Amino acid sequence: MSPGLVTMSYIAATILFILSLGGLSNQETARRGNYFGMAGMAIAIIATVFSGAVSSYVILIIALSVGGLIGTKAALKVEMTQMPELVAIMHSLVGMAAVLVGYANFMDASLSLSGVEKTIHEVEIYIGILIGAVTFSGSVIAFGKLSGRINGKPLTLPGRHLFNLGLLVLAFWLGHLFLQQAETGGGTFPLLIMTLIALVFGVHMVMAIGGADMPVVVSMLNSYSGWAAAATGFMLSNDLLIVTGALVGSSGAILSYIMCRAMNRHFLSVIAGGFGTGASGPAAEVTGDVIAISADETAKLLHESKNIMIIPGYGMAVAQAQHTVNEITKLLRSQGKTVRFGIHPVAGRMPGHMNVLLAEAKVPYDIVFEMDEVNEDFPKVDVSIVIGANDIVNPSALDDPNSPIAGMPVLECWKGETTIVLKRSMASGYAGVGNPLFVLENTRMLFGDADKTLQEVLKALKD
Amino acid sequence: MKIGIPKEIHEGEKRVATTPEAAEKIIKLGFSVAIESGAGLSADIPDQAYQAVGVEIIKTPKALWKQSDIIIKVRAPELEEVDLMSKGGHLISFIWPAQNDALMQKLTTKNATVLAMDSVPRMSRAQKMDALSSMANIAGYRAIVEAAQHFGRFFTGQITAAGKIPPAKVLVIGAGVAGLAAIGTAKGMGAIVRAFDTRPEVKEQIESMDAEFLMLDFKEEGSGTGGYAKTMSPEFIAAEMDLFAKQAKEVDIIVTTALIPGKPAPELITAEMVASMRAGSIIVDLAAEQGGNCALTEKNQVVVKNGVTIIGYTNLPSRLANQSSQLYATNIRHLLTDLCPTKDGVLNVNMQDEVIRGATVINAGKITWPPPPPTLSSAPAAAKAAAPKPTEAHKKTTESSPLKQLLPIILGGIALFSIGSVAPASFMSHFTVFVLACFVGYQVIWNVSASLHTPLMSVTNAISGIIVIGALVQISSPGTTISLLAGLAILIASINIAGGFLVTRRMLEMFRK
Repeated sequence: MSPGLVTMSYIAATILFILSLGGLSNQETARRGNYFGMAGMAIAIIATVFSGAVSSYVILIIALSVGGLIGTKAALKVEMTQMPELVAIMHSLVGMAAVLVGYANFMDASLSLSGVEKTIHEVEIYIGILIGAVTFSGSVIAFGKLSGRINGKPLTLPGRHLFNLGLLVLAFWLGHLFLQQAETGGGTFPLLIMTLIALVFGVHMVMAIGGADMPVVVSMLNSYSGWAAAATGFMLSNDLLIVTGALVGSSGAILSYIMCRAMNRHFLSVIAGGFGTGASGPAAEVTGDVIAISADETAKLLHESKNIMIIPGYGMAVAQAQHTVNEITKLLRSQGKTVRFGIHPVAGRMPGHMNVLLAEAKVPYDIVFEMDEVNEDFPKVDVSIVIGANDIVNPSALDDPNSPIAGMPVLECWKGETTIVLKRSMASGYAGVGNPLFVLENTRMLFGDADKTLQEVLKALKD
Repeated sequence: MKIGIPKEIHEGEKRVATTPEAAEKIIKLGFSVAIESGAGLSADIPDQAYQAVGVEIIKTPKALWKQSDIIIKVRAPELEEVDLMSKGGHLISFIWPAQNDALMQKLTTKNATVLAMDSVPRMSRAQKMDALSSMANIAGYRAIVEAAQHFGRFFTGQITAAGKIPPAKVLVIGAGVAGLAAIGTAKGMGAIVRAFDTRPEVKEQIESMDAEFLMLDFKEEGSGTGGYAKTMSPEFIAAEMDLFAKQAKEVDIIVTTALIPGKPAPELITAEMVASMRAGSIIVDLAAEQGGNCALTEKNQVVVKNGVTIIGYTNLPSRLANQSSQLYATNIRHLLTDLCPTKDGVLNVNMQDEVIRGATVINAGKITWPPPPPTLSSAPAAAKAAAPKPTEAHKKTTESSPLKQLLPIILGGIALFSIGSVAPASFMSHFTVFVLACFVGYQVIWNVSASLHTPLMSVTNAISGIIVIGALVQISSPGTTISLLAGLAILIASINIAGGFLVTRRMLEMFRK
């Protein structure tokens, strides 16, 4: 294939990728968008393979097919509740690939550049490997946390900000060293040390963040993996990589921004780790007695109500209760009741997590609403069912300026007639904040494993 | 507690104080509800409909009054009805305490607690129980319907084969709830509507209903407390009468709704004005109960003077009995909900509550009317103003100063400048592509629906597998290490590509209506 054709194919692939992301604006076009993405990828790979720069077809075919096979298997096997883990581990793969390509490019002596161009090229290699390594180690830790292999609690080392700063300064200094040595053909050693430092930095950064902040971390790593690809593109002077990397990078950045806004937190304070740094005084203590309710009574209450709102949280994913929720939804809807789902942007452990779980359970997407779409309707709601959510339905976010989650927009379910909260026990949420919702007069607590209690509710509803 | 709803005995009264829908909800508050047999018949609600929701039917009014702890009526009870009332009972109905002194005195002898629907304060929280407004709304509608019945022409203008028909011109005086309802109804029937009110702030409301607001070139505020009008100065009234005299010669229908609380209705349409109107014109006087806005109005009568029909019905809501009963019953239900916050079926006349305090005219035999003047919800506003202060202070600490916001832009500018001054052309062309792609990404991603954020992440995962291209171009470079590294990178990236696209497809298949 001539270089002109290759460039043409790359342009086609770029357009297809943009269409693919654009397709996700609604459910109807999303599937087509995904096929656009596949087509773009196929065109890009085929054009590159036949571009004349490639001759070792054996390794290529083996690597492509083995990798493809693993990917296919993982995609077909993964449970929808494990999506955050899968996404995290796939980010780490992009990071890893960026590191490998960076090293390969560094060792490639066939390039002949000089002067500023050479320096820039070396800076590109350095940055590409740096971002790739941070993405890799950070995503591995995120994967560990999401899958429960590592404790989800934030690890807050004393002086962790200084530590991070030290690593950054070190990375700069090594970069300087690397550039000096690369002039004379060396530089492997600083590059290796920097990779190690980047790995440590990635680990430390994600270790310090936990629990409910995970959606931000996952989308941030998504962004990093894009920037890693873009840096690789600079390194190889390949516009397709640059464009695609920039698309993915800005996508992740926007998602991180949306998540931070949904928690009313500053991006930097999430990344810096820990929680409660913004509070200006002691939060009000929550006192009062909770009113418990049984599954039978819940069923009776649901039976008598017309307008029902279901608010799922991470607890629903943990208990795998989405199928039972769907059964109940179907039953209630067949009785002519209005059943809707209100989804908080940071419910779950990654952006859109709840939507995917509900979709898996075959809940029709036109009854699943975003927070802003339903928040005003709560006064008209007869019963809200909160399933394993806590901070996203905490009234103190609105009325207690000293609360660590003050100012975070929440689903205002307490404005409805009755709220039923499904919870395993009276432990506080991730933020460690007491929730006054639980002791409100119109709140009823249904204790136990979400799936089991909902099964009982379903049974009682059928009788 | 037991609630009893007697049949209205006032002549021509067709309304009933509760409907089956409202009764069902009242029963949920813990009350038991009984109704006199046939109470709802004039409003087209049969006894069976009440029975179906668990309301007891009582044959005689005597038995009903006797057994009930709370009597709920529409009209103020007749004196002989009060005789039936048990000592220390509760009564909720219209009372008009200013006009019904004898009734008030008699109720105190019964040691009764009386809540007057006409005394519910006019504030936003109490709107849902404001029966005056809901009845006024109906009266305004009905006023136009009555006018249309006596009016010999179309309301709407038409151009037909048989000639051109001019639209009717309607003047509404007093744009309160009834006036606005009349404007809306007349407008809906196609008439040209003008309206006048002494309160300048209703100009917008009138204009929002597409009617013309008649301006009086005279500076005087007509707003009194509680959203009612007050008496105006003689000069103002003279100017006003001038306007009406001019309008009377032009318009076909006049609807008057001018009332000043506690006073006889102001006379706005004089006998001369009536005489100046065209024959066949209509005047509907909604203030007939308080003496009428028109000099020639006769209470509860339709009279024709000089060819002008003057309608003085005082029972307009009752002439739309089913609708009025529904709205009244809902107002009553909301009041009961406020009176029984614990939902245990026991009335709690909480005199600290501004709404309940206002409505209560007799509390356990003691007259508590008139209530202290309404504070126009200025007190809650003051309390509110105090509360958000800490939040504002909190916000300030998190908000950054303009310098802080500018700093990243300045730094970015410096960085771009320094890169631009040394970078070669090839780098700059790549950089251009990069920056443009960032902006395209920014535009595209904001459109992504929030429910598809997870598929977005997995598809971007797959797409960032494009890094495979980087490995592909290097795999054939000399040196086994490079080939190995590149091969490994290809393997990893292809996991991403295959996995990402397939899992996205799997997810998207699940999203269905």
